[in-house]
Amino acid sequence: MAQDIIAALAEVLPPDAVLATTEELHPYECDGLTVFRQLPKVVALPRTEEEVQAVLLACSRLAVPVVARGSGTGLSGGAMPHAGGVLLSLSRMNQILEIDPLSRTARLQPGVRNLAVSEAAAAYGLYYAPDPSSQVACSIGGNVAENSGGVHCLKYGLTVHNVLAVCGYGIDGERIELGSRAADGPGLDLLALTIGSEGLLMVVTEVLVKLIPRAPCVQLVMASFPEVHRAADAVAAVIGAGIIPAALEMMDRKATAAVEPFVHAGYDLEAAAILLVESDGTAEEVADQVAEIERVLRAAGASSLRVSGSEAERLRLWSGRKNAFPAAGRLSPDYYCMDGTIPRKHVGRVLEAIERMEERYRLRCMNVFHAGDGNLHPVILFDANEAGSWERAERFGAEILELCVELGGTITGEHGVGIEKINSMCVQFSPAERAAFFAIKQAFDPKGLLNPGKLIPTLARCAEYGRMRVHAGALAHPELPRF
Amino acid sequence: MSAADEPIGEWRERIRAAGVAGTSLRLKGAGTKDFYGEQLQGELLDLRAHRGIIAYEPSELVITARCGTPLSQVEEVLARQGQFLAFEPPLYGGDPTIGGVIAAGLSGPRRPYAGAARDFVLGTRLLDGNGELLRFGGQVMKNVAGFDVSRLLCGSLGILGVITEVSLKVLPLPRAEITVRLELGEQAAVESFNRWAGEPLPLSAAAWDSGAAWVRLSGAAPAVAAARARLGGERIDEAPAHAFWSGLRDGALPLFAAQPLWRVSLPAAAPALPLGVAPLIDWGGALRWYAGVAPDADPRARASAAGGSALLWRGTPRDAPRLHPLPGVLLQLHRRLKERFDPRGVFNRGRLLAGL
Repeated sequence: MAQDIIAALAEVLPPDAVLATTEELHPYECDGLTVFRQLPKVVALPRTEEEVQAVLLACSRLAVPVVARGSGTGLSGGAMPHAGGVLLSLSRMNQILEIDPLSRTARLQPGVRNLAVSEAAAAYGLYYAPDPSSQVACSIGGNVAENSGGVHCLKYGLTVHNVLAVCGYGIDGERIELGSRAADGPGLDLLALTIGSEGLLMVVTEVLVKLIPRAPCVQLVMASFPEVHRAADAVAAVIGAGIIPAALEMMDRKATAAVEPFVHAGYDLEAAAILLVESDGTAEEVADQVAEIERVLRAAGASSLRVSGSEAERLRLWSGRKNAFPAAGRLSPDYYCMDGTIPRKHVGRVLEAIERMEERYRLRCMNVFHAGDGNLHPVILFDANEAGSWERAERFGAEILELCVELGGTITGEHGVGIEKINSMCVQFSPAERAAFFAIKQAFDPKGLLNPGKLIPTLARCAEYGRMRVHAGALAHPELPRF
Repeated sequence: MSAADEPIGEWRERIRAAGVAGTSLRLKGAGTKDFYGEQLQGELLDLRAHRGIIAYEPSELVITARCGTPLSQVEEVLARQGQFLAFEPPLYGGDPTIGGVIAAGLSGPRRPYAGAARDFVLGTRLLDGNGELLRFGGQVMKNVAGFDVSRLLCGSLGILGVITEVSLKVLPLPRAEITVRLELGEQAAVESFNRWAGEPLPLSAAAWDSGAAWVRLSGAAPAVAAARARLGGERIDEAPAHAFWSGLRDGALPLFAAQPLWRVSLPAAAPALPLGVAPLIDWGGALRWYAGVAPDADPRARASAAGGSALLWRGTPRDAPRLHPLPGVLLQLHRRLKERFDPRGVFNRGRLLAGL
């Protein structure tokens, strides 16, 4: 069977589009979450839609699993290959097919890098809004698979709000077109269902995105707070005042201390937490809004405030936030970035709980946080070479996610479930809800060949996870009711 | 199960009984959109008893309400905190329930600039054809755990089950809002709307009716003032401006009384369709209403050719469906999803698609 799929792919793809030696397969063994590794049987590198279709037809005929991959920057192991399966890399389909400045759309192949879209649209004063921190490398196809976010989601939305249409193929090679250039269309909103479906429903070969006008003026306010909960209250105060900033980020002292020696952003290292609040719009609008943001932050107890006076200064203040993960890599041999979302009002409580967990798991954790939309990115520092260190980091992470669910939040705000958070899905969803997810998967992919084993845990897996949690004594907050 | 959830127990029993009998249920809120969709069939299941706002914290920008909650109540509670539903849900002369608003998934004039109903749906509870109460999404802004079933339900016209509860993202009301009117031809208006949308202007609606463009600007006062200077035109007083936009939103302008009336969804910059009549244009060119189309003009084919779709909004179809037909591959996906969520075909049979 295994040799069959390699031979079958060799029949439909040019020789340089099929990789099958161990040496060639190695670069594809993991995505951005490197703790989960698996060599695929074979890698397919199609250049055209017809080749993608042919790969899917071959997989379907031989009942071989297929995992689609963009740039491999994902943080949940969503593109981890399937042993014995095909890894379908879409990186060679990287053309911007069309930019239409009047209708403000861009038609893209899936391998186009996120930032390349905005760079190409800049000539028309337009850009593509979702900006995940990996935007120099991550692909638009991967963004569709994960429903990627970024730091500007509160005002400009996630991928699902900025994609107008996709087309691609189902596992049986059937062409599927969802959404359109028109604002709405007949039938169920299958486009919304497909965005964020982590490659379980179809393989996307073309994406139509919305472009929006670039704001002529952008300014950033940095505010220091002596206590974390005051910073959290200040976030609520900004929103409560009727302000929707372009971005609203929080970093705790552990995070600022980690990045400052590295990027010299000028962060206040005395502050327990800092907020970065960005305003964009016309010059008059920004001047107005920044004055109001300053007033609200002062009233909320900010110990110091700084407003970017130039574009260079604004970018420097951002550089610390954007380099938080590389900085973690300088502090520690390995780090593990989490992605829970909670109602904003619980931020202080979650950060306190994380501090207690640091002691219990004997690992450090720094916190960066899309405060405006309640999306936490605790970064757990560990050393994979030290026995038991990764296991502790993994349990630490799972406990944070369970706390997010208990507080009415979710286990993933923008990184996806992939293979990493599959056990935590058992905590967030009931057996009937998971069955509904499987039913949707089956409606699109009756043979279960598209990225199997990701996103939705089986009943057996959840039962096993339940036993493990009880045995490890890791059941957090036993007094709370369970789902 | 709390007292507030009692209706769900009754509905579950009705769903079970209908499944056993092989009959269907017609889900109904306030009935303001009874005219919308293909067919109304089955025994009436009134969903208004399950009502009330469950959670609302202005600083979280989220409201959660039971399906039978009147929209007027939701909007009043939000307005008291200076917030609103930015997709501007249509009323159609009544007071729809919030469940009906989401099940229909229709949006008002603000849609191209603020987003559609589905863009504001954060979470839902669904009572499916097996009587299971399922929870999808949640009350937070960002949530990618599992498939996005909540947005799938928005606009599903109840064919997958009873939406018993919704959580919606809300936004602060704009600080300033003005409407200007400009004399423009149809094509010039569509081009201008698209050009303006590519500039950093605080547009919140753009429509064209009988030789005049209506443009609404909403946002910070300085931005609105600057945009007003940029666009020119005649400023319309608040009362007539409100009458125009709510009439457009609710289908209450004179043109909406015509039959047949076609609702044509198009790429925003699409050139005028050769249908022999001038449309009423909404959504900055993306939504065009046609009345008095000659019988042989075929709006459906014209809309398809322009990259859009046409829906017969009012008027009796002869033998054709009201909604734009779906390609075979999508039809099959609809059938399979329906089979899995509603295996006995209990909910709103034939409402979204004939035979489904």
